[in-house]
Amino acid sequence: MSDSHDHDVNLVPPTRRVVLGFQDAEDMDVPDLPTEPVPLNMGPSHPAMHGTVRMVLEVEGEKISSADIQIGYLHRCFEKESESATWTQIFPYTDRLNYISPMLNNIGYAMAVEKLLGIADTLPERAQYIRVIVGETSRITDHLTCLGASAMELGAFTVFLYALKAREWIFELLEEICGARLTVSYMRIGGVAADMPEEWGKKLLDVFARVRDVMVDISKLLDRNRIFRDRMDGIGIITKEDAISWGITGPVGRSTGLAYDVRKDHPYLVYDRFDFDVPVGSVGDNFDRYAVRVEEILQSMRIIEQALAQIPAGRFLHPDPRVSLPPKSETYNSIEAMIAHFKLIMDGIHVPPGEIYSFTEAGNGELGFYIVADGTGRPWKCRVRPPCFPATAVLGKVLPGLFIADVVPTFGMINMIGGECDR
Amino acid sequence: MGFEFHTTSLRSAVNWARKWSLFQYPFVTACCGMEFMSVAASKYDIARFGAEFPRFSPRQADLLFIVGTITERQGPALRRIYDQMCEPKWVVAFGVCASTGGFYQNYATMPGADQVVPVDVYIPGCPPRPEQVLDALMLLQDRIQKGEGHSQITIDAERGYDVPIAAIRPKQLGPGAAAKKEG
Amino acid sequence: MAQIVLDRLTAQFTGGELVEVGSNLGNEWARVKRESWLAVAKFLRDDPATKMEMFIDLTAVDRLGLRTWPEDAPRFDVVVHLYSVSLKHRVRLYSAVPEEDPSIDTLVSIWAGANWYEREAYDLYGVRFKGHPDLRRILMYPEFVGHPLRKDYPKEKRQPLVRRQAGTRE
Repeated sequence: MSDSHDHDVNLVPPTRRVVLGFQDAEDMDVPDLPTEPVPLNMGPSHPAMHGTVRMVLEVEGEKISSADIQIGYLHRCFEKESESATWTQIFPYTDRLNYISPMLNNIGYAMAVEKLLGIADTLPERAQYIRVIVGETSRITDHLTCLGASAMELGAFTVFLYALKAREWIFELLEEICGARLTVSYMRIGGVAADMPEEWGKKLLDVFARVRDVMVDISKLLDRNRIFRDRMDGIGIITKEDAISWGITGPVGRSTGLAYDVRKDHPYLVYDRFDFDVPVGSVGDNFDRYAVRVEEILQSMRIIEQALAQIPAGRFLHPDPRVSLPPKSETYNSIEAMIAHFKLIMDGIHVPPGEIYSFTEAGNGELGFYIVADGTGRPWKCRVRPPCFPATAVLGKVLPGLFIADVVPTFGMINMIGGECDR
Repeated sequence: MGFEFHTTSLRSAVNWARKWSLFQYPFVTACCGMEFMSVAASKYDIARFGAEFPRFSPRQADLLFIVGTITERQGPALRRIYDQMCEPKWVVAFGVCASTGGFYQNYATMPGADQVVPVDVYIPGCPPRPEQVLDALMLLQDRIQKGEGHSQITIDAERGYDVPIAAIRPKQLGPGAAAKKEG
Repeated sequence: MAQIVLDRLTAQFTGGELVEVGSNLGNEWARVKRESWLAVAKFLRDDPATKMEMFIDLTAVDRLGLRTWPEDAPRFDVVVHLYSVSLKHRVRLYSAVPEEDPSIDTLVSIWAGANWYEREAYDLYGVRFKGHPDLRRILMYPEFVGHPLRKDYPKEKRQPLVRRQAGTRE
């Protein structure tokens, strides 16, 4: 090590001088302590690194002077796998992108392929309403998980248990509608895989009454909590200009003051029939991101209540036989349906050649699918534009100047999901 | 009653204590982490098995929960964490990605965590239901009670307690190790 | 929807920088010559009628073996999606990049968000971005050899970093 252990600091020529980061440092009688930058590694296996990310920080004392965010520890080759899978076989891969809101990824991918097929405008209405309902339900689980996990890392373990309790109720209902709690694969090209059971809507509304109580409890525990506010207010500020030039959308982007929500600005499915607000922050710090997410949970519940009131009866899957599987009774009883079923499963849907960029509002922002189709049953390229990719990238600019302890709430509130960022 | 009785009942007592106080290291990478959180939360309480407190340092943990997909890039980190844990230690591969690679058979995914660490219990499922995880935990507890598993430490009736497995059961090692031991 | 963008582009760049423009399935796109990549991008951000302040996406497409792609055309396409938050329109830009010299100018000086996307395109396709401040692999590890999303890289070819020693309990 260097001469920093010498006793008389005045005799030691300083290698680097850092004043401790207090605002009134000039008033305090604090000597300039010589120090050196120390590389500190956080991750890739770290309790606060959701999923798995490695941050190589250079710190001076407790202050970070530079941050190198290294992702890629969960690169599971979504694009390469989708090039050898049929269009319908890609749905399970899309589940595992943003795995805390899988329905929204499914919807984004299904809509992209439907646009290429030209059936996007003729989707059955019931299918569209079901998509909105389960999509918003997924958004609620996304935000609940983010809030719960981030609060736990700040020490609020009770909030974690409350949020997960609420999430369990929703998972039970998702299991009823599609059979899986987490990796749902519920969407199909042209609609959804199965119809909504009777009484499911009513059960969902009952659950929401209890989820609202949980949100009140969480707000009581956190909103005016001195420790929580001190750790979140004014920390990790992202400016609106940065959000725009880095392409940050979703709750993180809206917390900076950027009023962009795909559901409002470019409505898709039946979102234009609902009356809902989109919370927009002002400061762009961690607390704004937390508040935006809490409010989005309440707004999502509002959308779902309206959707359940308006949902019509009808088909849940597009009737075109080139796109959707025939009903099982026909498959087993008529040769044409059996051959159609066989061809759809083995070859995949024949999507005409073309390219599309289709975007929806996922849990973290604008989720884009850029798909290149070549006329066969498998895509030529199926790219995901992940919304948390630029949000994680901007951390390299936001973290320097913060303390090491500030990394935890900042990273938590960005809600970087490894499956989506690394694909 | 002789020495054997004392060490046998001592061994089962120590193993009983070990199985009811597992300190887990959740090596969480992917979607299975969400089900792991569910298992640790209040509905599918893992705390009733004494395993609720995650020790986020491998030095303090004895159960390595490999939760989620392991990529080739993650391999050295996983191996290092396994090596840093003290004996006795056990490994549970949570989810089908950690067991065999799942449906990710590509250039970046390791086909199972047992390519780099020896695994005691595999939990299939994508993701496994929390009840499956608790079932696997009970299977692991049976193994701990019987003193089986890849852990190198066990309590032996003749020699006393805490000897390396290599000293008493060399034939359980692979074919190359016996030669290495002599050479 | 974004015809104004294509109109402004064709009005501004008359010297052959634009190879082709078009609109398909609601997406407007323009194919740009590699040498004019930076000029076109800067124009799109600064022109008051287009105002593409938001950088959405950058990726590359490997057209090796695509039936609808001519044999002698350059192998890679760099594809950029841009968005205007104020005017709410989008555009997609293509630029063909040949296999022998897979390089193109970086857009980092115009939109800071292009940084990681270009690193990813380099990592997975091998397209180099001239002037990029930190062009290194982002999703794969530094010891990895090759560019995995290219069509000639086999899907299951692993390059493991570490494996258990055979024949031991370790």
